[in-house]
Amino acid sequence: MIKIDSISKKFGKLQVLNSTTVEFKKGECIALIGPNGCGKTTLIKSILGMVIPDSGDVLVNNTSIKNNYLYRNGIGYMPQIGRYPENMNIGQVLDMIKNIRKYENQLDEELLHSYKIKDLLNKKMRTLSGGTTQKISAVIAFLFNPDVLILDEPTAGLDPLASEILKEKILKEKNNGKLIIITSHLLSELDELVTRIVFMQEGKIKFNKNAIELKEETQMVSIAKAITHILKASINE
Amino acid sequence: MNRLIKFVMLDIIKNKTILGYTLLLSAFAWSIFGLEDNSTKGVLTLLNIMLLIVPLVSIIFSTIYIYNSSEFIDLMVSQPVKRNKIWISLYIGLCLAQISAFIVGVGVPLLLFVPLNIALSMMAVGCMISIIFIAIAFFASAITHDKSKGIGISIMLWLYFALLFDGIVLFILFQFADYPIEHIMVGITMLSPIDMARILILLQLDVSALLGYTGAIFNDFFGTILGALISSIVLLLWAILPFYISLRIFNKKDL
Amino acid sequence: MARFSKVKLFFLLLILCSQSFIYKAKSNTIRVGKNKKIKNIHYAILIAKPYDTIEVNNGLYKEGNIIINKSLYIKGINNPVLDGEKKFEILSIKANNTIVEGLTIKNSGYSTLDDPGAIKVYDATNVIIQNNILIDNFFGIYIQFGKNCIIRNNSLQAFGKEEQQIGNGIHCWKSDSLLILGNKITGHRDGIYFEFVTSSTIRGNISYQNIRYGLHFMFSNNDSYIGNIFKNNGAGVAVMFTHKVKMYNNYFINNWGDAAYGLLLKEISDSYIVNNHFVSNTIGIFMEGTSRINVKNNDFKNNGWGMKIQASCMDNNIHENNFINNTFDVSTNGSLVLNIFNKNYWDKYDGYDLDKNNIGDVPYHPLSLFSMIVENNGPVMLLYQSFFALLLDKSEKVIPSLTPTNFIDEKPLMHALIL
Repeated sequence: MIKIDSISKKFGKLQVLNSTTVEFKKGECIALIGPNGCGKTTLIKSILGMVIPDSGDVLVNNTSIKNNYLYRNGIGYMPQIGRYPENMNIGQVLDMIKNIRKYENQLDEELLHSYKIKDLLNKKMRTLSGGTTQKISAVIAFLFNPDVLILDEPTAGLDPLASEILKEKILKEKNNGKLIIITSHLLSELDELVTRIVFMQEGKIKFNKNAIELKEETQMVSIAKAITHILKASINE
Repeated sequence: MNRLIKFVMLDIIKNKTILGYTLLLSAFAWSIFGLEDNSTKGVLTLLNIMLLIVPLVSIIFSTIYIYNSSEFIDLMVSQPVKRNKIWISLYIGLCLAQISAFIVGVGVPLLLFVPLNIALSMMAVGCMISIIFIAIAFFASAITHDKSKGIGISIMLWLYFALLFDGIVLFILFQFADYPIEHIMVGITMLSPIDMARILILLQLDVSALLGYTGAIFNDFFGTILGALISSIVLLLWAILPFYISLRIFNKKDL
Repeated sequence: MARFSKVKLFFLLLILCSQSFIYKAKSNTIRVGKNKKIKNIHYAILIAKPYDTIEVNNGLYKEGNIIINKSLYIKGINNPVLDGEKKFEILSIKANNTIVEGLTIKNSGYSTLDDPGAIKVYDATNVIIQNNILIDNFFGIYIQFGKNCIIRNNSLQAFGKEEQQIGNGIHCWKSDSLLILGNKITGHRDGIYFEFVTSSTIRGNISYQNIRYGLHFMFSNNDSYIGNIFKNNGAGVAVMFTHKVKMYNNYFINNWGDAAYGLLLKEISDSYIVNNHFVSNTIGIFMEGTSRINVKNNDFKNNGWGMKIQASCMDNNIHENNFINNTFDVSTNGSLVLNIFNKNYWDKYDGYDLDKNNIGDVPYHPLSLFSMIVENNGPVMLLYQSFFALLLDKSEKVIPSLTPTNFIDEKPLMHALIL
């Protein structure tokens, strides 16, 4: 569904992505993990067209995203830190995005209800706490029933309850057969969701394994532990 | 795109700065024409103030606005919206808002106190100058990520066009005082939209006689249809080129 | 000075009266007209004796060139029209004591060789030309070698478009003691032209919309012009190569254009410019090579430049004038200052007057830096009204460094003089 074909990106002298190649398929729930600065966010932004790679290509549904923007109709994106026009209120932001998307089918307002955003519609964006802003980002990501969900550190800043709601929603969408890409540091949170782990380091894919296989291979109960195990092993080598 | 322009417009109008700008301009215009019984003198004073304030406000306000819109831009870029559209909508939105501010502020007193043809060309020139300096603001904010640096560049560019360029003109005039450079000066003037605007208006007023021989040469050029056409094209280029460059940069920019 | 000219006026009036007296005393009257026995002016002149009166009744007379070779009183009754058909000089006055009155004269010939005029006076004294209407002539009234002539209350209108194709309104050459009074001149090359004319007075005339100068004045000493209005002329008024001229109570209005002056002075000395009004001219007074001129009680209003004083001028005394609302009050092209400014009112003066004696306590520097730069390098005027020019002037006002420090009015007035 999404094919990343050896893309490279340099920010100044820093090689953030180095001929990264990876493919994500429908129905998968991918955990994109790695240390800080390994290029996760850049990879995601490349998919979204926010970062333009120096070389290589990204194909969504077998078409290149170069000079193309309509493919983003099928992507819901929840940024790590959501930034919204400060002097708009929540209602206006939601209206604006709905307006721009021109989405004609039934909106998915499940999160809107469960987060009780309706009560906050008149709040200005600048007055919102980090957590509330994240909730808005989540609402917007899921609102248009996208086939692909890209969630950058989705649970960071969310309270446990909100976090749980989000996880359930992710699970539900995964079961609807959507592709979900999650980056997160908190591996433990991903256990029940993830079907595949992509581990990045210094702009390269270190490994890319099925979650179940990974657990079997390392004989660990949780993904978190399995990965720590691999990392330790690789340091020892 | 219309929706985007609408959002930008509404957002700017909600901003109190643009209201303040309108009030400032109209305060100047009304007091000038209220105090000055000679309409030519009034036009000159207004021209002076207009060519100082309009570029300054246009460039600084727009630069700050573009930087403050980075969230909006971020949000839009992740949505199925063409990058071109985002940037162009911002430009058109800013232009429309500032032109309205200018026309509301200055247009009414101009139409009341000044002969129609001069009032109209003052308004045309004011709008052109607004658009041009908004375009330059886009250029300034496209070439750097850093807000304070961008505002710095804008102020420098304003200073250059409002002041330094005339210093350079003076220098050239003295360096080549012994040569007939009047015709070349017509070309050099085109390098500064502010100077061009000022001279275009001056030539329409009877003070143009004070410009003497050089004024006659400028009149010979700008007075013809070809000259009017060329000067309009040059002003348009001033509005389009900086923006076009900024658009190219923005399209390749990582957010 | 005013008294002097009054005396002269009195004498001229005396001449006028005495002439009328002569005509009344011994003249016969010959009547010319359609319904009269004598149908044409030529014949009337032929049969007339000196000092006869010829009454020309209304009608159109196309008689080519009419030469008046004896002293006659030609009097138009009910506006007779003399038409030169664009071929002839119409009236040639060659006899002393001639009076021409009440005629409408139009369409004189055009020739740059002998300068035909509607009325031309050759070598005659005591000629009076009054109350005539002159329309569309090459030259209007042309006086050469005239003496003690009076040109009074005539109206001259021409429709010249180019300098070369039209003559002057009232053209005086090598004459003496003329009185040009209350005429109205428009559309000629120069409204009034004086060359080698001495001891004459130009008074109460209106000269407007002439192609070149309203009044053009050369090599004409000891003349005065008083209470005239010069308006909307192509180049204003020029007074050149002359001394002892008195210019009182005139209005120089709206002489606006690239090369237009309210008053252009060139090589003038020992003259008076008093009580005149210079309003809305490109340059109020332009002075070149002038010396010992007293410029007093004049109003300089709404001009581009109030006065331009070239470095070739010296010992001029400019005092007790008003400078109001001019773009530049004064400018000069040199750093040497040999003229005196004193007790003028400058509306741009922003000093104070602590002792309330109506004289500012701080001297005023009327010269702006920008105007000085422009004087040295004309094209710099391109920067007129720019922020840069404004800053130049402001900084020079705070720290004068480039403008001559002795170009100064030590006693600027706080209030405008009532003139």
